[in-house]
Amino acid sequence: MSFYRALSIRQKRTLWAWGFLAVPIIFYVVIRFYPTGNAMVLSFQSWNLLGDREWAGLANYRVLFSDPVFWQVFWNTFKYLLIGTPISLVISFFIAYHLDKVRFAHGFLRALYFLPFMTSAVAMAWVWRWFYQGVPIGLFNNMLASVGIGQVEFLNSTTNALPSILAPAVWAGLGFQVIIFMAGLRAIPRSYYEAAEIDGVSKWTVLWEITIPLLRPTIVFIVVFSSIGFLRIFDHVFNMTTNNPGGPLNSTKPLVLMIYETAFRSFDMGYAAAQTVVLFLILLVVSLIQLRILRDS
Amino acid sequence: MIRNLRHAALGATLSTAAMIAAAPAQAQVTIEYWQYFFEARVTAMEQLIENFEAANPDITVNMTTFPYADYRTRTAVAIPAGEGPDVVQLFYGWLNDYIEAELIQPLPVEAFPPDEINAEFFPMVQAMERDGQYYALPTAVRSLALFYNNRLFEAADIDGPPETLDEMVEIAAALTERDGAGNITQVGLTSGMTAQDHHWWREVLVRQFGGEPYTDGYRNVAYDSEAGLAALNFYHGLSAEHGVTDAGFMDEPQAAFRAGRAGMHIDGSFRIGALEGTRGLDWGVTELPAGPDGTRSNYSSYWVNAITSRAEGEEYDAAVLFMDYITSPEAMQIWLDTVGELPARESVGMIDENAEHPVYGPFIRGLEYANTTIFADESAQRQILVEMLERINLQGQDPAESLAQAAAAEQDLLDAYYGE
Repeated sequence: MSFYRALSIRQKRTLWAWGFLAVPIIFYVVIRFYPTGNAMVLSFQSWNLLGDREWAGLANYRVLFSDPVFWQVFWNTFKYLLIGTPISLVISFFIAYHLDKVRFAHGFLRALYFLPFMTSAVAMAWVWRWFYQGVPIGLFNNMLASVGIGQVEFLNSTTNALPSILAPAVWAGLGFQVIIFMAGLRAIPRSYYEAAEIDGVSKWTVLWEITIPLLRPTIVFIVVFSSIGFLRIFDHVFNMTTNNPGGPLNSTKPLVLMIYETAFRSFDMGYAAAQTVVLFLILLVVSLIQLRILRDS
Repeated sequence: MIRNLRHAALGATLSTAAMIAAAPAQAQVTIEYWQYFFEARVTAMEQLIENFEAANPDITVNMTTFPYADYRTRTAVAIPAGEGPDVVQLFYGWLNDYIEAELIQPLPVEAFPPDEINAEFFPMVQAMERDGQYYALPTAVRSLALFYNNRLFEAADIDGPPETLDEMVEIAAALTERDGAGNITQVGLTSGMTAQDHHWWREVLVRQFGGEPYTDGYRNVAYDSEAGLAALNFYHGLSAEHGVTDAGFMDEPQAAFRAGRAGMHIDGSFRIGALEGTRGLDWGVTELPAGPDGTRSNYSSYWVNAITSRAEGEEYDAAVLFMDYITSPEAMQIWLDTVGELPARESVGMIDENAEHPVYGPFIRGLEYANTTIFADESAQRQILVEMLERINLQGQDPAESLAQAAAAEQDLLDAYYGE
């Protein structure tokens, strides 16, 4: 106690501050940093969960980079990102921009757009999976058949499957992005719009010169957030292709699903850890690039 | 009767040994048993435990169950940590990994003599033997059979289920229906490599067309042969040539059959329970059709019980007694009556009451000529066959080329697993 009494007020405050900070720090170290570090070590080992871990050096990475399936999966992961992010950004901005102007039943409409975000991804994926089936059970193909249009193979196709899986994923994320965009729109000071109105500026100019530039922080947030989401897409793909995960012919398999299969179907933990490290690096690099591009200028 | 006496004598010896070992205290022994959660299996095991405890009052068996999805991970994590069970239920395909990691111990030869097991159990159980010792034994086994829809058969004026592959194709053609645009609305036969068809193709069709799927104890892929190609052409021809099936029809084969939109459906004995409760579905079941030269084959899989390396001393003795009881004829009959899974002993399976049973009979008769694939990684090996068909269907690859590619991929996988 005498040690504590001897401290100055400033030192005591520091001590207390660290005391409180220690709680989240310990928490993060134990449940975040330790497993992360462990996974990185594991990526250089070979382990099937049962026996001892054995050092494998770079073997896991060597196998990974020479595996054509990995490169296909790598490219698929970016397809989800490159198609999903811009589409969901444009649609959610469009909805938010117009919803912001609607006064009639505003709260109700907003709730409707938010609803899919709260729905379980698993339930949604299965409903869409059945929508996509052929006749006699598929909703879309039954509609096409009733007007005499030929069947479309939505999921059983190497070209259509990925967009078909992406559609419900985009739809599910819209609600959240719309809410964020609307909050961003509300945060723009009215005075800019009033000034523009006095100057008699066109609506397009207002949109391009005032609204969008002032939404930059919101856009940065949504782009980073949804990019990470699409890079980590799993539940939709897994549930819509459970019998043939990531199929047909790996055309819809994202990296996370490959990791899951390696770890929990083939029980090749070291190899799965190596894939996880690669995913971690991708997420890191993509996030850094986006932050840099969207913050500068 | 003699066997039962022998069991009793063995039990007495072992329990005496246990008693001597634990002489001063003569304490109650408790052993842990783990299996995955499936209601009928749990009910059956509760009954077996009750019978066992009544016969061995100084032993208590605690059963713990886990959801199927977590089961493999849980056992794999718990046993090395010493937290796990004394007797554990494992899928037969995991045995290699468990033996290699020394997580299970061989069954004592005195209590489980290999010669007797070889003589009394259905032959595919021999996959559980290593160097003259059994490591694990099943209570029950599963096999494949052909389910058929009685209503659709009657409507199409078909007398009975097919006996051969040719008859099957003919009947399937009569049962297939299409709409005006040519889309299938009812399949004669369900299909899908993602379901049970990869077993059917690998262990049944390849053999029926005169080939061997693997050689050298399932370490060498041998289906890249003329017979393999004939089997593949037959299977692919069901949809491509005869148009009696469609792999993605109604999402999953069993869904199409349950909905009454499929005339015939190949599936395992584990499907019986799900089909039994289906309203409006009147179904029958028959042995898998014979091949062009009359060859019959089947695929059998099973869950085995094994004693873990954790069991020592009196727990070990109790575990041996418990293993002995749950692989006894009595236990197998209880398992069949409660779960609907087939007895692993020929002597129990082939009694008339079981072998001629209208539902279980075809599966049990199939066990006599069934093969058990020794997988290195079942889901990965299944995926290879799934993709073999997808390359033909979606990318128009030549079947022979696709077959060769699949065989090469599977050989790589096996070589990597066996460290060659």
